[in-house]
Amino acid sequence: MSVRINGTTGVTTPNLTATTKVTTADLANTGNYNGGQLGNRNLVINGAMRIAQRGTSSTALGYYTLDRFLHGRTGGTRTFSQQTLASGTPFDLGFRNYMSMTNTTAGSTNTTDYVEVYHKIEAQDVATSGWNYKSSDSYITISFWVRSSVAGTYTWWMRDEDATSYTYAFNYTLASNTWTKVTHSIPGHSGLVFNNDNGAGLRIQWMAYYGSNYCSASATLNEWSTGSSLPIHDTTWNTTSGATFDLTGVQLEVGDTATPFEHRSYAEELALCQRYFETTNANISGNTNNDRVAYIPLNPYNTGNAYGAWFYKVEKRAQPTVTHGGSHWRVYQVAGLLSSSGTGNTDGIGINQMAFYITGVTFNTNQSAFADYRQYNAITFDAEL
Amino acid sequence: MNIESAQYTTGMMDSDSTNTGIQATVDGQEVHIPLDPANRHYAEILKQVEAGTLTVAAAE
Repeated sequence: MSVRINGTTGVTTPNLTATTKVTTADLANTGNYNGGQLGNRNLVINGAMRIAQRGTSSTALGYYTLDRFLHGRTGGTRTFSQQTLASGTPFDLGFRNYMSMTNTTAGSTNTTDYVEVYHKIEAQDVATSGWNYKSSDSYITISFWVRSSVAGTYTWWMRDEDATSYTYAFNYTLASNTWTKVTHSIPGHSGLVFNNDNGAGLRIQWMAYYGSNYCSASATLNEWSTGSSLPIHDTTWNTTSGATFDLTGVQLEVGDTATPFEHRSYAEELALCQRYFETTNANISGNTNNDRVAYIPLNPYNTGNAYGAWFYKVEKRAQPTVTHGGSHWRVYQVAGLLSSSGTGNTDGIGINQMAFYITGVTFNTNQSAFADYRQYNAITFDAEL
Repeated sequence: MNIESAQYTTGMMDSDSTNTGIQATVDGQEVHIPLDPANRHYAEILKQVEAGTLTVAAAE
């Protein structure tokens, strides 16, 4: 319905001050709130720990469970997993998942043991974030919810990946089995460098334990440092079988104030993750019978090779590493199934598509062909930092 | 990152046999790695080759 108002007679100014939600003062002040950026504030992807395309539990070192978060460890057996949150303050604030590091088999007081998880942010996204990182008067703020079964002091750590000698760390204290929100504002520094490119810019890191080989009793905390910034860690977490360290609600934003966590839709978060990794296996949706990739058109080039192209769902950060190897391709032509063991090869890998070809099959060059890939692991595209 | 083997591959369509990628076994999985320095696997291969701990075999 449209309404036409002729003149201003009879039109009154809305009484903004009568509402409890928004006042004119609020509107005037929002422009100054952390630089005025009201959306897309969080530089961290998957900070609510919702997306786990690769799987939900692993003891391996690397990217194996939650998207964009890498597990690191030596000594003992450490299980990294995506867990469901069912109650508590983070639940009340809209979080339904968290990352958990579990000390499945305890390590020791060994000086080389460590248990960590870290997240890397593209340099161009830091460079263009609006943080005047060369100025000590300009800040970014980290906030996260964290819980450990072992009470004590823990360290958060960050490194400028384009000027790797610059690191920043601070300590925080946890009571056992209690979700705690940690916030900390970090000033810029004249020595920081963030290239306007697709390489790593910031590495932000949580650690349940770091052995003394990596730490120093005279570590510099709460300021950028070109020396050691990792303090000596208490060994209790590392030596306690079954100890846990849980994390969710990670947000890094420009400004000196930790604003409420910026929740994103599942679809948006998944798409952001897929710039770095995507898989043809949609087990994340709960369907366990969807490894199958069918049917991809092939063009027989000669009797020994047929070519195809695979377009990604999301453009990749860089040319990705691809898994589609082995003799796992099922190949069809007019007569039906030609082979269940075609071999996958890669002809070229771009940031939007992969060109591939199938060998190990005798093709009829006068017929079109198609193939599917369903008997083994999914095809994956990895452009992680 | 454990790189057990690595071999250059060429594009079948390229008549000049230019290397277009590396087929490797990384952490027990067969993968195809592009020659992009921004790719973390390729960057690691370059690092290990420079350190003398890995050799990338020529394409067949």
